[in-house]
Amino acid sequence: MLLKEKWQGALYSLVVVLILWQAVAWLLKLPIVPFPWAVCINIAEIFASKMEIHVLYSTGRVLAGIAIAMLLGIPLGFLMGYYEKVDKILSPLVYFTYPVPKLALLPIVMLLFGLGETSKLIMIVIIIIFQIIITARDAVKDIPPEIFRSLKSLGANKLQVFSEIILPASLAEVLTSIRLALGTAVSVLFFTETYGTEYGMGYFIMDAWLRVNYLDMYAGIVVLSFMGFCLFIAIDIAEKYLCSWR
Amino acid sequence: MIAIKDLTVKYQTKNEEILALDRLNINIGKGDIYTFIGPSGCGKSTFLYVLSGILQDYSGSVLIDGQIINPKSQRIGLILQNYGLLPWKTVYQNAMLGVKIKNQPPVEEYSNYIFRKLGIDNLLNRYPKELSGGQQQRVALARAFILKPDLLLMDEPFSALDAISREEMQELFLNIWKENNVTTIFITHSVDEALYLGRKIVVFSPSPGRILKVIDNPCFQLDNLRYRDEYYDMSMKLRKILDKG
Ligand SMILES: Nc1ncnc2c1ncn2[C@@H]1O[C@H](COP(=O)(O)OP(=O)(O)O)[C@@H](O)[C@H]1O
Ligand SMILES: [Mg+2]
Repeated sequence: MLLKEKWQGALYSLVVVLILWQAVAWLLKLPIVPFPWAVCINIAEIFASKMEIHVLYSTGRVLAGIAIAMLLGIPLGFLMGYYEKVDKILSPLVYFTYPVPKLALLPIVMLLFGLGETSKLIMIVIIIIFQIIITARDAVKDIPPEIFRSLKSLGANKLQVFSEIILPASLAEVLTSIRLALGTAVSVLFFTETYGTEYGMGYFIMDAWLRVNYLDMYAGIVVLSFMGFCLFIAIDIAEKYLCSWR
Repeated sequence: MIAIKDLTVKYQTKNEEILALDRLNINIGKGDIYTFIGPSGCGKSTFLYVLSGILQDYSGSVLIDGQIINPKSQRIGLILQNYGLLPWKTVYQNAMLGVKIKNQPPVEEYSNYIFRKLGIDNLLNRYPKELSGGQQQRVALARAFILKPDLLLMDEPFSALDAISREEMQELFLNIWKENNVTTIFITHSVDEALYLGRKIVVFSPSPGRILKVIDNPCFQLDNLRYRDEYYDMSMKLRKILDKG
């Protein structure tokens, strides 16, 4: 899809959401559904004073989670894709744990690692790492043998095979898988931030809810969604930029 | 010189052992160009994989200038039927891949000469998918020649091209080859190509591959080859050997 079409699509959906929201608010006339413009004004008023720190915490957690998942998952996937033996040993494990709803592991993770940052990160990593491992593995397996052959005949070493072939060949797919896993990662982030912390958008939203401050709550939801959207776009742009050969 | 003694290759599949090459014996002189011809599945690619160091599980001995094949120390130019270009690299990067892997300083003058000669000097910033098959194969040729290889191995490089670009490429290739005189093994299943490009022609039997005959090719480097009697006679002769198998 062209970049321009994408932006038009995003703008279109934004407008549709705003119209629906406005309509619902107008029909219900209840405090639990404030008007969009009221929420926007509220965001402008409280962002710097009340929200910024929470946005930073949440963004930091998601980014750290993605980074850890990539650092662990990509090499593992590469090894599985490149070495048949590693794949034979590890893929049953991956397939066995793949269908387990990862959110259900939250209590265990919290029991083991406490309520602090560690368990929050672990949850995000668990959610996206399997997708990354499997995508990286399949991407390596899909590289046509001819491509390896021409490099091998040149006497390339393992590092060169990695940097000239494996990494560039699989980068696009890996980024796509992260982009797709991002939605789930942000949901989990929200969930984990409702426990054991006073920072993060999850905390902010639930806190506003408990304080019956619906304007703040909506502001939080909008900002959290926007944060997810920005990450999504950032990965999309990275993909376009790094994989312009496709 | 390449000295091949009792080269035998077997592939192990789940159920059976496939004999791909059966005791090949041949010596290939330095700076010479040999075409290898044989029916599909007779082991021609397998033979090249051994020579290029891709396939190491063989028996017998293969020595290049007295040394065991080792792509790390020898410079081997390999050109495959499907070009073997890296889709994420531009034409320029692909062409320079050989010297990059070998850590050789790139010789701008020579590479530019090769680009011009192959007519790809205006395509250097494109990606492979933006090229025709013929253009991609020119890039693969450029990569091989820029490397200044000790040994050039070509596995049916032009067979995916249409007839017109195939003859064009054969001529272009021979043209550059003459300036380099690099030892070349050229695999083909086309009688015409074997006659046009080989100073010597090696005929393979159907699977398992054995060498049926090594022929001195009187047609090599004759002008207007395809209109001559020698060409006709030799093609009949080759076809007969191939048919008898
Ligand atoms: N990886 C492999 N595993 C098992 N058998 C193979 C493999 N590669 C090739 N063969 C078999 O070896 C024989 C020779 O193959 P190949 O060298 O590709 O022939 P050619 O290039 O002359 O068409 C064929 O019978 C083919 O089926
Ligand atoms: Mg073949």
